[in-house]
Amino acid sequence: MGTGDPFGMPVTHIMTAGMGGIRTAGDLVAWMQMTRRMKLADAKGYVAEKLGVDVMDLVDEDVMYPLRKELGIGTVTPEAGGPEGILAKCRVADLLDIEINSVNRFKAQMAK
Amino acid sequence: MPDTISTRMGDGERVKMSPEKIMDELRAGSENAAGMARIPVLTDDEIEQLYDIIAEPGRVVSVPHGHELIMTDDGIAECFVGTEADGGSGISISRQASVLSYERGLAADTGSIGHSDYSFKPVKAILDVELQAYHTISMLTTAPLFYGSQPNMGLYFQPDGPFPNPADMMPVGKIKEAQAAQEDAAEKLCADMVSIGKEFNAMGCEGFNFDTAGSTGDAELYATLQAARQLKQYAPDMAIIIGMASEFVLGMHGEIMFDEQRLAGLFPHDQVKLAESVGADIFGPAINVDTSKSFAWNLAKAVTMVKETVARAEIPVHPNVGMGVCGIPMLLEVPIDCVSRASKALTLIGKADGL
Repeated sequence: MGTGDPFGMPVTHIMTAGMGGIRTAGDLVAWMQMTRRMKLADAKGYVAEKLGVDVMDLVDEDVMYPLRKELGIGTVTPEAGGPEGILAKCRVADLLDIEINSVNRFKAQMAK
Repeated sequence: MPDTISTRMGDGERVKMSPEKIMDELRAGSENAAGMARIPVLTDDEIEQLYDIIAEPGRVVSVPHGHELIMTDDGIAECFVGTEADGGSGISISRQASVLSYERGLAADTGSIGHSDYSFKPVKAILDVELQAYHTISMLTTAPLFYGSQPNMGLYFQPDGPFPNPADMMPVGKIKEAQAAQEDAAEKLCADMVSIGKEFNAMGCEGFNFDTAGSTGDAELYATLQAARQLKQYAPDMAIIIGMASEFVLGMHGEIMFDEQRLAGLFPHDQVKLAESVGADIFGPAINVDTSKSFAWNLAKAVTMVKETVARAEIPVHPNVGMGVCGIPMLLEVPIDCVSRASKALTLIGKADGL
């Protein structure tokens, strides 16, 4: 993405082609691109397998909202006191079997 | 088929064109890209598919279910805080509030923060501020968070920096001196970027974005590639994006080599191989927009180059799609009809992994 007003740039791109971030499974697919250099199809396939869902389900709110709540990996409508932020990312790292730098740093400090 | 289709020029001006004219523009744009970069033109089927996207009657268009991709950004997560120069809304809220709104209100796949000047050199003076801001926000975000900045080697030349300015020397024939100044500046820039990157890694940074790389030419890209390679070896768990400044590398130095590859004049399908080789996890090509040409011409040019880049890449490719690049008209309030059509075309025909 790049420069432009919020409505014209991020809102339009996300509505047109975005996976939906933590609203669905966009963050999880992004993690696989970042940590394993996976191309889009491979990243989607990996995440779908880890979640036990079909690839098409990754952007289906009806599937992902309850699944994210069940797994405790954060949603766009967080429950007060529920998992979000670094706690959710700790679970994402375990779920996807990946190294997340912030999570590793956080856990190292917790261990002291 | 309608007699005319409402579309735009590269500067955003709304115009009407006949279907035949749009098809001609699409072919010409693709041929322009293919001729410059020495890559294949789009196929007839792809040109027709591109035409169909442009000619869709809806104000905005979208990809079919199952074709969604990943969104990364270069400071856009702070768009609610930013000012006019960045397309920002100028709202007096914190950077943290902007990023969390971006994550949860806009449902972005990733977020980012960066210095308001968005260059590495000024980051040095307030590094602790940036580290603390990133750390606090990263504890609250669930989606991946990048720290982004531009190499922007121009800040290392006089009067802003310590090195003689090549732009002053080249016009008077001091070519060797200008090259030496760029080499010296590149060495200092690389050292600064590695130093900053190491601090971010130690704090727990999830992703580091070298944005608009090569804006000062081939020596700047050289510094960026060197820095990315050193950082990736030192910090393998911190993802790296290398995003480009333009469709081909400006030869401001002209002779600088990286791993026996001359950098000047490289197009995105070659740039991505260098990014891969130094360990970048995501590559962002930037295809220039010609404001005097039509949206159709510019989009076909961008899709032609992006398609070839993705085909040759072994890492995810996220084309830069801000104003003035990859088909998006050069207008701060970017027209949503063009943005959604560029988004759809780069996804379906360009086969991008993200935007």
